[in-house]
Amino acid sequence: MRVGILVFPGSNCDRDVHHVIQDIGMEPVYVWHEDSIPQNTDAIILPGGFSYGDRLRAGAIASHSPVIKSVRKMAKEGKPILGICNGFQILTEARLLPGVLLPNDTGRFMCRWTRIIYSGRQTPFTAKMPMGSGVHIPVANGEGRYYADENTIQDMEEHDQILFRYVEDVNGSTDRIAGVCNKQGNVVGIMPHPERAAEVETNPYDHRMARSIFESLEGV
Amino acid sequence: MIIVWLVPYLSRWRVFDVLDSEIEHLARSLQRDPTDVELALVSAEWSEHCSYKSSKMYIRTLPQNAPHVITGPGLDSGVIDAGDGYILTAHIESHNHPSAVEPYGGAATGVGGIIRDIVSAGTRPIAILDGLHFGQIDSDRHAAWLLRDAVRGIADYGNCLGIPTVSGETIFDSSYTGYALVDVAAIGFGKRERLIYNTASPGDRLLLIGGPTGYDGVGGAQFASGALESEARSAVQIPDPFTEKMVLETILECRSHLKAVKDLGGGGLACAVSETADALGVGMQIDTDKVHTRKAGMTPSEILVSESQERMLVVADDTGAEVVRKSCQKFRVNCSEIGTVNDTGTVKVYSGDKLHASIPTQVAAHAPQLRWPTIRPKSCEDYTSMPPVSDYTNVLYQMLTGPYCASRRWIYSQYDHEVGIRTVQKPGRDSPLLRLDNGKYLAVSMDSNPRHCQINPYRGAMGCFEEACRNIRCVGAEPVAMLDHLQFGSPEDPNIMWAFAQSVAALRHYATRTRIPCIGGKVSLYNETDNGPIKHSPVVMVLGLTDTLPRIRSPANDDILYVLGDVKSEMGGSLYHSIGDHTGGICPGVDIKSSIRNGQAASCLVREGAAHMVHDVSLGGMAVGVSWMCIDGSVGCDVDLSMASGHLAVQSTLFSETHCRYAVVVSSDTESDARRIMEREGAKYSKVGVFGGDTISFADRTDTVCCLEIDVVRKRWQESLEEMTQRG
Repeated sequence: MRVGILVFPGSNCDRDVHHVIQDIGMEPVYVWHEDSIPQNTDAIILPGGFSYGDRLRAGAIASHSPVIKSVRKMAKEGKPILGICNGFQILTEARLLPGVLLPNDTGRFMCRWTRIIYSGRQTPFTAKMPMGSGVHIPVANGEGRYYADENTIQDMEEHDQILFRYVEDVNGSTDRIAGVCNKQGNVVGIMPHPERAAEVETNPYDHRMARSIFESLEGV
Repeated sequence: MIIVWLVPYLSRWRVFDVLDSEIEHLARSLQRDPTDVELALVSAEWSEHCSYKSSKMYIRTLPQNAPHVITGPGLDSGVIDAGDGYILTAHIESHNHPSAVEPYGGAATGVGGIIRDIVSAGTRPIAILDGLHFGQIDSDRHAAWLLRDAVRGIADYGNCLGIPTVSGETIFDSSYTGYALVDVAAIGFGKRERLIYNTASPGDRLLLIGGPTGYDGVGGAQFASGALESEARSAVQIPDPFTEKMVLETILECRSHLKAVKDLGGGGLACAVSETADALGVGMQIDTDKVHTRKAGMTPSEILVSESQERMLVVADDTGAEVVRKSCQKFRVNCSEIGTVNDTGTVKVYSGDKLHASIPTQVAAHAPQLRWPTIRPKSCEDYTSMPPVSDYTNVLYQMLTGPYCASRRWIYSQYDHEVGIRTVQKPGRDSPLLRLDNGKYLAVSMDSNPRHCQINPYRGAMGCFEEACRNIRCVGAEPVAMLDHLQFGSPEDPNIMWAFAQSVAALRHYATRTRIPCIGGKVSLYNETDNGPIKHSPVVMVLGLTDTLPRIRSPANDDILYVLGDVKSEMGGSLYHSIGDHTGGICPGVDIKSSIRNGQAASCLVREGAAHMVHDVSLGGMAVGVSWMCIDGSVGCDVDLSMASGHLAVQSTLFSETHCRYAVVVSSDTESDARRIMEREGAKYSKVGVFGGDTISFADRTDTVCCLEIDVVRKRWQESLEEMTQRG
């Protein structure tokens, strides 16, 4: 399983994702945003960070990067694509995922551990996760409040696109939404950081569920 | 996030902040009258901030050598061998004057500067620490504003770079009213083979990479070297973390092709060029017309002393220069070739063909030293004791929920402390632990105690050092290096200079006896406001290493509390006195033998798993230390004070801040192991209490003297700092 990790100017969780993918035994490859994605790439991860320093809006400029063209193509082909934090923001800005991410209701950057619950459809990133699982995971963002209008939410619910919800109200997200997928289920966005929770050492609670988000790719 | 400041006015270069004697010294060295540009250059380079002209003779005496310390010319950071082919780099700095005027920009650019120091060694930054000293935020709205914006500045900058801010300290004291101390430290990690050992040979190129040079920060070093005048806003720099991130990645990508790298910090290009040339024993020639500027029409002097951020000076040979240009193109970083290296031993500044300055590097980089007189002040230690307090419960409640000891979560939750996936022990405890690629773990602590230092600078400074080591021990690590940051008022005041000398002597003594080398530091003088000088504020940062990841857990029902070390009646400068508005008394001193013995016992207890938690007893004494553990575990504790001391007064046992002490949590399963370890290490210990129930209760034999409900105090402890900050 070769996993392409996109690197935009200002990405800063690229190395962390690389570490975890390698730790699990898959093959990570960095892809600079101006380069093309290698032919034999099986899945794509858009890591967190501050692409373009969050100028304009978080993810807005990166969503126009040359590499996004290939991401769209892969999305259409049904390849697994995961956006984490800023990566999620980029995917919504690129309209590959519904909804938007707004500044937190506290108006501040917030880094803390929380728990999210998995429900919704099966995706390449949740294949090894039993329905209803709780995931101990940290959030770290300033613009992490998920928002979508009522019609969109209804449509997403009909297609089982709401994958993760926070167990508590951490930032004012609509329906406590923490992660969603597209209609086909191959493009997933998640605001908290599974790569920071995927090892025994880094996760003070239980790392197994967060790790399974990456391990699920093995079954693809 | 993009931040654009409207700088109210840009002060044109008008006064050279150089002493008459220094101008004479310069003229004598040059054997002619200096030019304006030469004066501009030396006024930056010879400022107190850049030259250490008042302090060098003292700080030079700190022990800097040890087998694991790696030294080299012109390194911006301290370097130690972390084993297995890896190195750690560390540096500490402050941005006090700018932060007092513009806390957001001042604090943010402070982070920027320290990060570039780490990057210039070719190491990737893995941690940031912040030391924040402000006025009394519970009653001072200006102080609350300063704190809020300084924290936001550090957060926005560090978070954007993707470097976790993992630890620090926050101190409130009325001597900082209207002012701020914002200290930032950073740690880097990398392969030893990639360390950039600075070298330069004639013919090498000088490249200036990063943000454009502008009017911001013109004269910043001189600004930081005088007493604070708040109109001096144009001397504050503008932060741009995104550019910094790109500069960082550029340097790290082409590090193996670089011969030398220098951060442009205080004193801008003037200091970077003259210090690098001097350290590497070469001459340098630069053309200010080649520097990429933000605005046209800047004079050579302004370009030389501008402190615009996110800039680095690179020395590379022809091939290296080509690699740098390519990397700069990739990351869209501006790059100008501004000059060359030669063997003249002189710094020459041109604009086009016109020569503006020609100064031997030895003259430019070495300000004439100043030897200020030192006079011991009339002692602050008086023996009047504070009138007795009837309600210790109320005192303890005020301590825990007031600004001094309240939870710092409001601060560290704004910092991305997880990025980099090294933070295995999270912030909020004695020391974080960061995992390194060689299987070791790094502990780090930054500590100061202005109230102790003001009463007795010798005891106070040594206490800061000891406390930082204690925090390292609490996670089972061994101290391996220290950095000091000496922040005082004006050195022209003989009493302050005496305190400075005393502090350095104390650090030297402790470092020598414990064999912890000093690998770096910073001096910040002239920290004065309209109300006078700040309290003496030396800050000590200690790095520690351990091979073992400790299994630390919060105390729970039926766990047993031990205290390691003896308590003495040392109430001077204590939090107890602050709350009672009392000054004087004897402040705690450090018995180095106990420090080593108890410290070793503490780290063994943690490493060998005999203690579930070890916490250092410091601010607020045993009462606060034990309460903190109870809050952490949401469990009560019954403490018998008579077991902890022999015959001291109750308030001393509760609140004395005697050093070298630890509170130790064991369970019945591990108690005998723990006793064996403490005995083996020859440490004094006593069993003082048992955890359980919902109250924190201190009794003198059968009389309860202090009692708090855990739920009530825990909630206030968690929330009060945020509430205080929102008032400003």
